[in-house]
Amino acid sequence: MARQREPELEHLLRRAGFGATEEEIDGYVRLGLLGFTSAAARLFNYQSIPDDVDSFIGMPGSVGVTARSGFFPTSIINDARQRWLFRMVHSKRPLQEKMALFWHNHFATAYQKIAGDAGPTEATRMLAAKPSEDPGGARGQIELFREYALGNFRDLLIAVAQDPAMLYWLDGRSNVRARPQENFARELMELFTMGVGTFAESDVYAGARVFTGWNLARPGAGAAQHFQFNYNAGQHDTAAKEFTFPIYAGGSKTIPARSGSAGMQDGIDLINAVAFHPLTGPRLARKLYAYFVNEVDPPDAGLIGQVSSAYYSSGGQIEPMVRRLLLSSQFRDPANYYKRYSWPVEFVVRSLKEVGWNGFSVNDALTPLVNMGQQLLEPPDVNGWELGPGWFSSGAMLARMNFAAQLATNQKFNLRDAFRGHVDSAETVVGHALDRLTPPAYSSGSYAALVDYASAGGPWTGSDTQIATKASGVVHLIVGSGDYQFV
Amino acid sequence: MAITRREFVKNGVAAFTVGFAAPAFISDLAVAQGQSRRNLVVLYLSGGNDALSTLIPYRDANYIARRPTQAVPAANVLQIGSDSAGNALGLHPRLTGLRTIFNAGRLAIVQRTGYPNSSRSHFQGTDIWATADPASPQGAGWLGRYLDTLPSPVDPLTAWSTVRETPRTLLARTVGVPSIPNAQQYAFASPNTPADAQFARQSATRISSHLPVDRPHLAFVNSTAQAAFATLDRVVQVAGYASTVVYPNNGLGQALRTVAGALASGVGTRVFWVQTGGFDTHAGQNTNAANGTYATLMATIDGALLAFHDDLRNQGLLNDTLVLQFSEFGRRISENGSSGTDHGAAGLMMILGGSVRGGLFGTAADLRVAPDNPTLENSGNDVRHETDFRSVYATVIDRWLGADSSAILGGNFRGGPAFL
Repeated sequence: MARQREPELEHLLRRAGFGATEEEIDGYVRLGLLGFTSAAARLFNYQSIPDDVDSFIGMPGSVGVTARSGFFPTSIINDARQRWLFRMVHSKRPLQEKMALFWHNHFATAYQKIAGDAGPTEATRMLAAKPSEDPGGARGQIELFREYALGNFRDLLIAVAQDPAMLYWLDGRSNVRARPQENFARELMELFTMGVGTFAESDVYAGARVFTGWNLARPGAGAAQHFQFNYNAGQHDTAAKEFTFPIYAGGSKTIPARSGSAGMQDGIDLINAVAFHPLTGPRLARKLYAYFVNEVDPPDAGLIGQVSSAYYSSGGQIEPMVRRLLLSSQFRDPANYYKRYSWPVEFVVRSLKEVGWNGFSVNDALTPLVNMGQQLLEPPDVNGWELGPGWFSSGAMLARMNFAAQLATNQKFNLRDAFRGHVDSAETVVGHALDRLTPPAYSSGSYAALVDYASAGGPWTGSDTQIATKASGVVHLIVGSGDYQFV
Repeated sequence: MAITRREFVKNGVAAFTVGFAAPAFISDLAVAQGQSRRNLVVLYLSGGNDALSTLIPYRDANYIARRPTQAVPAANVLQIGSDSAGNALGLHPRLTGLRTIFNAGRLAIVQRTGYPNSSRSHFQGTDIWATADPASPQGAGWLGRYLDTLPSPVDPLTAWSTVRETPRTLLARTVGVPSIPNAQQYAFASPNTPADAQFARQSATRISSHLPVDRPHLAFVNSTAQAAFATLDRVVQVAGYASTVVYPNNGLGQALRTVAGALASGVGTRVFWVQTGGFDTHAGQNTNAANGTYATLMATIDGALLAFHDDLRNQGLLNDTLVLQFSEFGRRISENGSSGTDHGAAGLMMILGGSVRGGLFGTAADLRVAPDNPTLENSGNDVRHETDFRSVYATVIDRWLGADSSAILGGNFRGGPAFL
């Protein structure tokens, strides 16, 4: 019998999460959450759902991870990558994980440079440590993003400015009063808040001086010892700093001279100013709109304006912005389904959820993801990844098609078993594959190509061998098709 | 009653497909379009290369004064003569291969290239160099616009990027440039037997031929799949290339080896993109440390370019090949407090090849901080450009590619340095 489909719920879970298995959809039905509003409420209300996804690593029935002498996601970078992919596949808090991924791209911090300075173990810890498990209570940058996922953006900025990984990444450690280091101040304004061309070079120099003394220390001993933020008053530039835009409510553009010991407030004041700069809200709103609603068509200026207003009127909260987007009529309009190019990790995780994962290890997705252009925790530079069409060079598209082949190969016998009962004809197999996966509707020509493939090579017998071949082959074609690259 | 997906598809949307003319004899087409067989390799140093550490004004007292730890001592530079204003210049000590090529007359170094109101932003700077449009650096790149002038149907392998993201420089409106970092991995995989894989590839090719006018985003993604299919079999030839020299075993070395393989196998590609990164040396640049960050950067480009040069020369391909090197900006004249340099303005470009008229072009900056010094900008912090980068592009477009630089660059930038 054909599967009951819930297109609107599937769309919500593809955008606000990483897609859904049939069982997950059934779960929503059982909980009486079939209605869009109640399903969305559950997604936003993730604090009420246990954050226990990590405890399923290694359990039967979940996607595998590959461990050598042990699994060390806070000290071996590829184990950290595996754990994050595992979370994306299995999290019962998909919106939180989706926002963490958004922030990872927004604050694009890459492992290699940090590892070069601090060593691979500490670098992985700086990115992935969980405070509840780390002997010193260290919090890795990914955990910071999960904590602030839908929280206050200004507070997130302060936490990022004090984050050890960020302090390594943008050279905050060498920002001292004698020779201010501009990297962080520039990217704070250009990439994290207001945007390119919205400030002057003099703002960068002043901003560099603001953050002098924002550094790291490594107190404690033994396993608890870890890099943490330390404000070094003696290295802070105490003179006043002048900007080209207002810093304070009255319109003043000057951060006053302060003593070294009081000088950390300079950074808080500047972060406050750039967080609530009139161009920051619209910029964040545009990015979130492209992420959640539509990145293909000209943006809906009205909706973006409302989202930006929600940012300022809530004092910088991200949740009202995302609510405004996901609950909008635009989001729910079927014309906006599949109007976003999937990121490589989204493509991989959705394929796993729709095709199946029993017998697959997320470790085997790591190299394909590099070939598709997205290695988690290693964005190409602080500007983040090139989104949208930028994902789709011919080599990257070939990498997606070849991952589809790899997954279909891995799942061949699971698929054969799942397709039993839908083997009357080549067309039945195609039909069942289209019931299981969620591409947008194919053109008649593409559908015919799928059926022709399923029919090719000999008469239809419905034997186990034939089903294994054709079910995996049809799945390969669908998951590797251009149509499937949209979420 | 919910309809099944299968029913939805069967009654589904009629497709409006645009035919994609696949030439029957690709290599003939490539020859027809590329009768001159002139090949361009663009080398991008990503991050903003510190030009003052690549081409060193080693006798300039201000160079030494403003870079107490980063200035390279005169005794260590590879002296290559003086520019037309009499400034003595030398290459970084690790650029021994480039010095050999310079002494053979095949390397042109253009000092102080840039443009007015230089951007110090990586991604905006890169977009400006890519589009050759400082005012509006969006859309197709300058080489993409060149590709758009080629008669259609354009050979899908006319250009070849060796990095995973298609660089904006090669972004064109009518041509999808394949990105092929690794010729060996560029193959169509399938879950089943080779016979079944053939059927699968045929169906995949048909599915990717769907280019709906009302869904240009899907048409675009399908066109990248088409570009992959159209080039698969030709790229396979390159995978088996046996070079005449050993290339360094790093990303740039192997990328140039791939380019040499494509040139040697006559696959028909005429424009290549290679790049190497790590030039954003805000901290720990350590220009003088024998195995420091900057020395490693220089060794990387020197080793790869020397191998490429020698490999092509050995096979008689050097005269038909031009390497054009650029970076998104140079760096600040004074060093910072982290043994590094921050974003600056003008930088240098290099052009290498068998047909190049080598030498030093342009004049070095006067590194004195003084209000009357026209060679510096930003209160004497940065080097001001002397040669607009677009004039270097114009020379390449007019004299190497045989196209019209005014049309492609949207203005007359002729009269640049005469390295061709």
